[in-house]
Amino acid sequence: MTGKEYRTITDVKGPLVFLNKTEPVAFGEIVTLRLSNGTIKNGQVLDTSDDLVIVQVFEGTAKIDRESGVTFMGDVFKLPVSTDLVGRILDGAGRPRDGGPEIVADEKADIIGAAINPYSRQSPNDFIQTGVSAIDLCTSLVRGQKLPIFSASGLPHNDIALQIARQAKLKDSDEEFIVVFCAMGITAEEYNFFRSDLERTGALENAVLFVNLADDPAVERIITPRLALTAAEYLAFEKDYHVLVIYTDMTNYCDALRQIGAAREEVPGRRGYPGYMYTDLAMLYERAGIIKNKKGSITQFPILTMPGDDITHPIPDLSGYITEGQIVISRELHQQGIYPPINVLPSLSRLMGSCIGEKTTREDHKSVSDQMYAAYAQGRELRGLVAIVGEDALNERDKQLLDFSGVFEDKFLRQTRDEDRSIEETLDLCWTLMSAIDTKYLVRLDQKWIDKYHPDNRA
Amino acid sequence: MNNEGVIYRISGPVVTATGMNAAMYDVVRVGHEGLMGEVIELHGEKAVIQVYEDTSGIRPGEPVLNTQETLSVSLGPGLLTQIYDGIQRPLPTLEEEMGVFITRGVDADAFDLEKIWTFEPQVAVGDEVVAGQVIGHVQETETIVHKIMVPPSVSGVVKSIESGDFNVTQTICVLDNGTEMQMMQKWPVRTPRPFQQKYAPETPLITGMRILDFLFPLAKGGAAGIPGPFGSGKTVTQQSLAKYSDAQLVVYIGCGERGNEMTEVLDEFPHLIDPNTGKPLMERTVMIANTSNMPVAAREASVYTGITIAEYFRDMGYDVALMADSTSRWAEAMREISSRLEEMPGEEGYPAYLSSRIAEFYERAGRVETLNGDDGSVTVIGAVSPPGGDISEPVSQGTLRIVKVFWGLDAGLARQRHFPAINWLNSYSLYPQSLDQWFRDNISQDFPEVRTQISGLLQIESELQEIVQLVGSDALPTDQQLTLEVARMIREYFLQQNGFHDVDAYCDIHLQYQMAKAILSFQDAAKSAMAGGAVLNDVVNVPARSDLMRGRFEKGYIDIIADMVKKMTDEIAETVEEN
Ligand SMILES: Nc1ncnc2c1ncn2[C@@H]1O[C@H](COP(=O)(O)OP(=O)(O)O)[C@@H](O)[C@H]1O
Ligand SMILES: [Mg+2]
Repeated sequence: MTGKEYRTITDVKGPLVFLNKTEPVAFGEIVTLRLSNGTIKNGQVLDTSDDLVIVQVFEGTAKIDRESGVTFMGDVFKLPVSTDLVGRILDGAGRPRDGGPEIVADEKADIIGAAINPYSRQSPNDFIQTGVSAIDLCTSLVRGQKLPIFSASGLPHNDIALQIARQAKLKDSDEEFIVVFCAMGITAEEYNFFRSDLERTGALENAVLFVNLADDPAVERIITPRLALTAAEYLAFEKDYHVLVIYTDMTNYCDALRQIGAAREEVPGRRGYPGYMYTDLAMLYERAGIIKNKKGSITQFPILTMPGDDITHPIPDLSGYITEGQIVISRELHQQGIYPPINVLPSLSRLMGSCIGEKTTREDHKSVSDQMYAAYAQGRELRGLVAIVGEDALNERDKQLLDFSGVFEDKFLRQTRDEDRSIEETLDLCWTLMSAIDTKYLVRLDQKWIDKYHPDNRA
Repeated sequence: MNNEGVIYRISGPVVTATGMNAAMYDVVRVGHEGLMGEVIELHGEKAVIQVYEDTSGIRPGEPVLNTQETLSVSLGPGLLTQIYDGIQRPLPTLEEEMGVFITRGVDADAFDLEKIWTFEPQVAVGDEVVAGQVIGHVQETETIVHKIMVPPSVSGVVKSIESGDFNVTQTICVLDNGTEMQMMQKWPVRTPRPFQQKYAPETPLITGMRILDFLFPLAKGGAAGIPGPFGSGKTVTQQSLAKYSDAQLVVYIGCGERGNEMTEVLDEFPHLIDPNTGKPLMERTVMIANTSNMPVAAREASVYTGITIAEYFRDMGYDVALMADSTSRWAEAMREISSRLEEMPGEEGYPAYLSSRIAEFYERAGRVETLNGDDGSVTVIGAVSPPGGDISEPVSQGTLRIVKVFWGLDAGLARQRHFPAINWLNSYSLYPQSLDQWFRDNISQDFPEVRTQISGLLQIESELQEIVQLVGSDALPTDQQLTLEVARMIREYFLQQNGFHDVDAYCDIHLQYQMAKAILSFQDAAKSAMAGGAVLNDVVNVPARSDLMRGRFEKGYIDIIADMVKKMTDEIAETVEEN
């Protein structure tokens, strides 16, 4: 149902168009605007009343004037979904970008996405082996988890995300993930990097890409992740796929939100971001998970770049309050030439406890993880002290821990971009590295695991 | 003007209606789908409504119907073990009606209205009954007797009373003035339930967490705030409180937080045993889950729904504990609605009435003499999620002004994996004075003094640490080095407690006291050994000390701790001879 065309625009401000005297228009309804030069733009209703309707225009309001025609499309934003999506590249508004045909819809799904009833969820507890030691040991990923990468500009978060996408698998299973990739305001270069990597490894055939680049309309970024998640939900919960959603860069998404808030003259929250940004982000992140009696799952890997490397900035801060942990990329480690430069100390996987151990990874995983973490944390702290008092002032234990922190970075963290370590390899490596420390200082290791796995006892 | 109006405007969760007779807080049905909403502002003939369900697709001109009721909860047998959304719709019923995704326009009874309960009258024909009086009992779960009370504002002489099997809507008692009573009653969520008087709290809520019970105790009927940045342990602490605290009933509100965390509680609680009663935990629990992606207006309502249920059980004479995780999300819901109303914002965009709403909420905590003369309490523990972990923001500050207990979570401690990551230097409880008598009478005469010694040692440690940072610990005199060792023992053996450990997650209060004494015994033994010439390193490394410390991970520790302490002090004494 499409209605008549209105020419009642009164105001245009930032990404918003205000018009009056229309038939009743629905909240959230989709809108097309026809400019006098024939250009078509799209938008969505943000506020509606008998007298006034506010429309947010995805493609920006350039060239819109009071003569532009506005048509209300009679429905909220929906994405045509079918398994034909797999292997396709779409733009940030869901239109083919790969020269291929329109998606033939099995059904049309509302992109806002209803909340999963908490009672209907199933707790995620299947360990995903990423082959990246730092993640598998210290911040284990679980199928159905939302685990963001907190990075910053100039750091290799894309490499890490791609390496995870390539290598992620359930231990002892060859079930594959479908990758839903969502680009929001990233550069063409970054996008090409992703695409060619997916192409190179053949993953593209098993992927759906939604692409909004830096020079694409900023406001469109509000809907791009919603399209991606709608596709993901369809594939996971209607078609039983395990879906890995990678979206980047959340910072651009949040900036688009801020732009709309400013144009509406809303009272801004911290750093000018809207007060409802927490809720808005939750409506994306909470679309991860597993549902009782359904076979598929959605695992999310959002990537965000922390402005000014500041983890207390509202974007990482609000994200961390919603996601189930975070993987923090460190500029310092990157500058030391270490890949992947993951700082395990502020990183966390909240769901790790439920997915590691005898039945899933290995019996000594928790103990080894705690000990590696503690030894590294202490070693790092000693670096600060050594800078003041000098290495000679350290006792034997501290000397060993200090040395270990270097080894941890050089031998444990460091791996190549195509090095896929099994969890057993990772754990064995840990034992080898820890054997440089006297066992009496390894207080977090259970004696029974020392007896079984310590290189001294294994020979 | 009548009960029906039409929609004039829709802006997210806020809808304006015209042409309708409305009063503040009336519950209305919005649009063709009849979405539930509540009148929150009146402007001339316009009524502003916050809608508890998603409003996309709704149009101006659609009808609005005023039910003339105020937002209320249903109270009666069937509440326990339930999990509700913010407006008391059971999530299992929503699943049946809507499938696994929460859509809209579905009404659901708060509990099964047809279910038959066995009602045992406690009054007889001819008895005079007053508001709040218990007229009968229902054994709702194995642990909880649900007391059926005369609703507040009703009284009279019993004309007839039933006994036996009834559902919650059948009349079980009639008064001479014609009032008919059922097992279910309703109460408006925004109005505190009445009581006779508030008492000063004098009994601690024992939580089984050493740092809380020992250093910063909370009273039954008190209020506590737990602020902390993400990942510092708010949720784990709240869940531990729900599992182990010695409240008789627990209302757990997941307010604007993660879906999976509620799923976890739902998975776990039915299999967990209440350490205080030995019965399944679920039987004393009511849950409310309005997660971050569920409608914000219902999130705003969820804390009121929860506290009204808590007060209702309090009125039966129970000690109820309510956890709200997180009150910041509730405050943000208020902010979001307020900004849609274009209200004049206060600090950080929050409405000017933020701090009074917070105060009113925590004021609903308390230990009271109920209308029926019984003694009941509601203890409130609110998590606070300050942006960037900085508690100078309005929600933290509004909370700290009203609560008497502050359990400050610390990102640094969490990063060191020191859990619970409660900062012992800046946390506080203003209750010890009123609770000390209880601790003296029930645990040990010298309990408060032991606490003072333990916290004193931690204080001294923090001062010594500053010096150590500059010169290293070897430069300190040996007595101060010993103090550092004792403090380390307090931290690692006493304060740290893994919330997921099979045994140590819950620590009996008597055992807590013995563990604290064990630390002081170590200190005394070490001091005298060192006075006799023993070396600190030998004293610290006696094997019996690490046995003592590890003992807490084994069941039955309380039975052997005294022997272990004896063994440790003996071994320490022997270190004198070695020299
Ligand atoms: N008492 C505790 N014992 C053990 N681990 C804890 C404890 N408190 C917190 N943690 C760890 O910290 C993580 C984050 O805790 P959580 O309560 O979810 O933080 P918050 O609610 O403040 O974001 C948990 O997943 C767990 O790994
Ligand atoms: Mg939490």
